[in-house]
Amino acid sequence: MNAPEKPLKTRFDTVGKPRRRVDGRAKTIGQQRFADDLALPRMLHAKLARSPHAHAAIESVDVSRAQAHRGVHLVLTGADFPIPYGIMPVSQDEYPLARERVRFVGDPVAAVIAVDEQTAAEALDLIEVKYRPLPTIASPEEGLAKPEPRIHDYGEQGNIHRNQAYEFGDVEEALARSDHVFEDLFFYEGNTHLPLEQQASLASIEGDGKLLLQTSTQNPHYLHRQLGRVLQMPTAHIRVMAIANGGGFGGKCDPGNHEFVVSKAALVLGRPVKICLTREEVFYQHRGRHPVLMKFRTGVTKDGRLTAMHLQTLLDGGAYGSHGPASTFYTGVLTPVSYELPRFKFEACRVFTNKPACGPKRGHGTPQPRFGQEVQLDKIAHALGLDPAEMRLKMLTKPDSLTASWLRIGSTGLGECIEKAVEMSGWKARRGKLGPGRGLGLACSAYMCGAGVSIYWNKLPHSAVQLLLDRSGQVTVYCGATEIGQGSDDVLAGLTAEALGIDPVSVRVVTGDTGITPIDLGSYSSRVTIMMGNAALQAAARVRDLLANAAAEALDTLPDRIAFSQERVFAVEDAAKSMSFVEAVAAAEAKFGTIASVGSYAPPKPPGKFKGAGVGPSPAYSFTACVLETEVDPATGWVTVPKIWIAHDIGRALNPVLARGQVIGSVYMGLGEALMEEQAFRRLPPKLSSALVHRNPSMLDYKSLTHMDMPEVEVALIEDPDPNCPYGAKEAGQGPLLPVMPALANAIHDAVGVRIDEVPITPDKVLAALAKKAKGEVPRVGPERFPAVPYPEPTFVLPPWEGGDGNELKGRKAA
Amino acid sequence: MSASTNATERAQARDPAAARRNVCLRLRVNGEELEAYVAPYKTLLEVLREDLGLTGTKHGCELGECGACAVLIDGAPVLSCLELAVQCEERDIQTIEGLARGTELHPLQAAFADLGGSQCGYCTSGMVMTAKALLDADPAPSRERIKEALSGNICRCTGYQQIWESVEEAARVLRAEKSEAKP
Repeated sequence: MNAPEKPLKTRFDTVGKPRRRVDGRAKTIGQQRFADDLALPRMLHAKLARSPHAHAAIESVDVSRAQAHRGVHLVLTGADFPIPYGIMPVSQDEYPLARERVRFVGDPVAAVIAVDEQTAAEALDLIEVKYRPLPTIASPEEGLAKPEPRIHDYGEQGNIHRNQAYEFGDVEEALARSDHVFEDLFFYEGNTHLPLEQQASLASIEGDGKLLLQTSTQNPHYLHRQLGRVLQMPTAHIRVMAIANGGGFGGKCDPGNHEFVVSKAALVLGRPVKICLTREEVFYQHRGRHPVLMKFRTGVTKDGRLTAMHLQTLLDGGAYGSHGPASTFYTGVLTPVSYELPRFKFEACRVFTNKPACGPKRGHGTPQPRFGQEVQLDKIAHALGLDPAEMRLKMLTKPDSLTASWLRIGSTGLGECIEKAVEMSGWKARRGKLGPGRGLGLACSAYMCGAGVSIYWNKLPHSAVQLLLDRSGQVTVYCGATEIGQGSDDVLAGLTAEALGIDPVSVRVVTGDTGITPIDLGSYSSRVTIMMGNAALQAAARVRDLLANAAAEALDTLPDRIAFSQERVFAVEDAAKSMSFVEAVAAAEAKFGTIASVGSYAPPKPPGKFKGAGVGPSPAYSFTACVLETEVDPATGWVTVPKIWIAHDIGRALNPVLARGQVIGSVYMGLGEALMEEQAFRRLPPKLSSALVHRNPSMLDYKSLTHMDMPEVEVALIEDPDPNCPYGAKEAGQGPLLPVMPALANAIHDAVGVRIDEVPITPDKVLAALAKKAKGEVPRVGPERFPAVPYPEPTFVLPPWEGGDGNELKGRKAA
Repeated sequence: MSASTNATERAQARDPAAARRNVCLRLRVNGEELEAYVAPYKTLLEVLREDLGLTGTKHGCELGECGACAVLIDGAPVLSCLELAVQCEERDIQTIEGLARGTELHPLQAAFADLGGSQCGYCTSGMVMTAKALLDADPAPSRERIKEALSGNICRCTGYQQIWESVEEAARVLRAEKSEAKP
């Protein structure tokens, strides 16, 4: 199961050719159904009552007036949901409706199900909740300083949710030996996904009495499991259909309160119940980018090679666990993937605060440290008088190597990416020479092609695909993978078509339905192309064997001499010996019975054996290099970005239209984060309960890039096929976001000589830094101090080149 | 304020339940005369989606901030979430469903599908309708003009560039069609 199917061909019919995606037509004629487009006869509508307090004990909930309101069918409260949930087994800390305690402004406490939305909204005002406000925690620093009251009664201690430390080789010793040690602090503000589609869910009871939930989720499988848990039902009696998402970006990974509420309501009432969150509610559902404070201590030799790094991170988790345990790991684990780093120590701490829960957003936990790492490298290059591109090129991780932290690097095209980005942008000729206020910045990144370990511990496949063929030539491919706009349906159709030598349009794709499709873990961690793709190629190879066997008999040749191309099946030595694909399917059906197959995939076992070694490993890593040009207005601090060049190591582009789209879309989202996006809060005065309220829960106030703000992006796809990936294809949906923010910060330094060590880089910060520069102070804006965090004693593991075997070395450091 | 809204307000003042009482609307959508029996407070967006089954028009905020619900009214792009349906009688409404010619895609639709102008597809209807209004008025817009015309339509997937390329391609196709039709 671990060895992916070896591609039998090197010449492709479909792969690598720009094509209209298989769902392109439906999306452009308004026929693509999203969850809120669905309606059923006798459908009722749900609305959620949400807490106005950031932190309070619930003393009583009186729903009698709401219940009596005309048109109301049901009111649910926390009492109806005794079982908690959470996407990660170690953080089952949420209830569909709050019981006893609310933890942020917007925490759902009750739900009304009524004849229409208007009636449900009216009844919300009739629900009387008595709250006893509690002190609130606004930031991780405050959470560390105030262990009481605890936002949750579980976690490491006080308000610390997760606290972890790893050390790979003696870092202090290596830093002491280094020619230079650079110490830098960075801050990355939180931001949110802002998918254009607001989450919607429609629950109903099917004719056989089973529950059906049609919903905008990225992860139907995890939701399915959590529904079974919360509703105390066998999961086989629940069917989750992930309806094509109108954008996800990680925001639809967690099970949502609303999904449990409509499911329960449908079970109670026996009628379909729908909900669509308002835009404001989407900001409260959040699960977006964690605000992270970071401290890097990095040792280098005088010629600019890394000797060791000590990275400390402090995450603002918000009110619930969400993916937090994984997010905490991700603020460190991918740091050693791009450049050779002999020793690495990483400490991370996630603190609960009274704000909407943070979780996975595109790049999950890694854009923050990547920002710090790449800006610090730029500072190092300047301090040592080195070209930032050349310095990076000299210390790239090698293909088929291990990192100090026991991650296995497979293929890497980072060197080519840097060379390409440098070439496209005219880096060598133009850097530092663009004139006053203009500059170029460079940054790189690496990202996973799927998490090596599932969210819940198991030895099962991560993705499975089923193929069903019949004598009409129809090929139907089933997979639990979820189309969130990224094009997973097209990848599935394209790979199946390529393997069987047919047109992608001939493939019928059925995805994201736990009632029909074999399990795929979901659209997260850039895993779908690789894992679903490998499963699809295995399934396709199995039916191809059956077809080749039957066709060889008919064509008087051997099965391994049969080729599939352009809807025909033929003998390689004599193309005149051929039959149509449809005839081959019929021949195989006659010989073997109904033609079907399954394929599945699980990633290779991670090389590290220490506890915690499961986060970070991946079947392959993608790499990116980005050069960004900027203009800074010294009078206003306004930053414009006229052009971005980006080279992405994708292994192989299955459909270049989609691959390029993922890269440009990532650049767009990264640039928005770099320049303006922030999910920020303010504390109301004590007479207003000191509530922490969202500053900007609307699309007008939450700033994002419009057509007018978006620069032209020039994309190069670097294709060096990775043997672990389907036809060599790596991810493209997340990695290209990562270098954009540091490239901007580095370009601003090139333009006006100031350092903005925090994101977003807004005009006020640029102006403040320019003012410091004018006064002869350190021309920098960014965090000034890192609090004392009670990190635990690190798990100590020797790097592979220091005689380590991947296990923890008990009793601390080697002599 | 239109006469019909004043009438609604007067009726409400007499009888608070009147606000909930449905009214009969006649709308001309994509050239068809359609009738719907709807609550008078409903927006055009809600009536299109909930009462006429035209769910091709999407919503991302229902506050006029995202552009997803754009339709054409008398040829001009309008945010249907900010328009009361009762004010749209006697006007010519065009939605995404009316754009294709039978099963043949409109050049804008074909270009968006082929060139990556549509990823998740949720902003696409509003984007395509706004672009149609632009190309109706200006068959050869500059890229700057395209950006300006579409600046009220937010897309979170594409990074916009492929949308500009799609509109430019559609403009080329439409101009070619027009010049072929002339002789």
